[in-house]
Amino acid sequence: MIEGKGITKSFGHLHALNDVSFQIKRGEFVALMGANGAGKTTLIRILAGLARASHGSVSVAGYAVDKAADNVRRSIGVVSHHTLLYGDLSAEENLRFYGRMYGVKALAQRIDELLNWVELKHRRFDLVRTFSRGMQQRLALARAILHQPRILLLDEPFTGLDVHARELLTRFIDQFIRQQVTVLLTIHEIDFALMKAQRLLLLQKGRLIVDSQPNKLNRSHVLELLQEH
Amino acid sequence: MNTLKQIVSILYKDLLLELRSKDMVTSMLIFSFTVVVIFNFVFEPGSEEMKTTAPGILWVAFAFAGNLGLSRSFAREQENAMMQGLLLCPVDRSAIYTAKVLGNFLFITIVEWVTLPVMVVFFDLSIGAILLPLLITLLLGTFGFATVGTIFSAISANTRSREVMLPIMLFPISVPIILSSIKSTAYLLDGRAFADVWSWQRLLIGFDIIYFIVCFLLYEYVVEE
Repeated sequence: MIEGKGITKSFGHLHALNDVSFQIKRGEFVALMGANGAGKTTLIRILAGLARASHGSVSVAGYAVDKAADNVRRSIGVVSHHTLLYGDLSAEENLRFYGRMYGVKALAQRIDELLNWVELKHRRFDLVRTFSRGMQQRLALARAILHQPRILLLDEPFTGLDVHARELLTRFIDQFIRQQVTVLLTIHEIDFALMKAQRLLLLQKGRLIVDSQPNKLNRSHVLELLQEH
Repeated sequence: MNTLKQIVSILYKDLLLELRSKDMVTSMLIFSFTVVVIFNFVFEPGSEEMKTTAPGILWVAFAFAGNLGLSRSFAREQENAMMQGLLLCPVDRSAIYTAKVLGNFLFITIVEWVTLPVMVVFFDLSIGAILLPLLITLLLGTFGFATVGTIFSAISANTRSREVMLPIMLFPISVPIILSSIKSTAYLLDGRAFADVWSWQRLLIGFDIIYFIVCFLLYEYVVEE
């Protein structure tokens, strides 16, 4: 479903990613960990087609990211710590805009369904800038799955969320896993990653140093690796 | 067909955002009014000197006001990384460019059409007989300016000092557009023959087409990291 071969991303002399290779199967829930600056966001950006790898190849949903970018974009949903929502548009207007961009069929019905799902139906006509961070992140999730993507790339979606919003987001991620959606999640919370993920990838200084099932890993060892810069 | 729908959606979204914030059109209007008012005090109304300089003043006001608006065009998309959201959509980059050009063209045109009557009154100009060709010149000049302005706005939005970078890049490139517009406007106000005006308008059309095609093709590389 997602395959990276020898991905290297350089910014001048700095290698943000260095020869990273991995495979993620359909329906897998994979946690991507690493200290700040390890290259997690850069990798997500390359998989999403927002940045080009300096070397190596990337294929997502069976499409080469650099050759069939539109097909890749149709197959993925991205949630990052930026909500990618327009503050001066209402919740419904934001979803309608993105729905049109993706050419979503029966859009009004789909918006209803999603606003209901993220428990924001009562705020559908309110401007997004009046929403709390948690509400915005829920709406960002609705935006990301509007076109029913087969792959979700979640880049630190828990950043700045309160306990309730985190619980809701966790519940949504659980639903995606049950629905066999492929999920790649970058996260700092080691316990969440070890408990929920089927596989854990760990980046250190742009190199992939761990690719393993969480039950085969020792928590303190992972913690040690995360603290090494 | 799908691309057309996407262009309309981006344009509609930009109109809605501008309607709610009004920051782009308002700042452009204040600037162009200020220029007109200041120059009104420099020259004697109705004087020959004023008539000669009016086209230059008009286009200086529009170009600098346009620059002000253009700097907001992509800055708005940079807030909360909105541009990333747009780039994640399965939409052709040239469709995003086209929508942005149309939006900027529309906003600058609104400012021009509000400023023009004010200038006519303040400068005691008579444009009744030349209204249609004058509006055509305004539309052609504005389209060319919006065409290059949009791409440079996208480039400068990713730089640290975007407000400084935009005019530095935009004005030298848009000289042929501004010059042709000033000449065309001057000939019209001077009551020159249609053939004289047409020669400048033709040049304007040529630059509009060349700039649009070049920017349309380059935009993909501009928004790419």
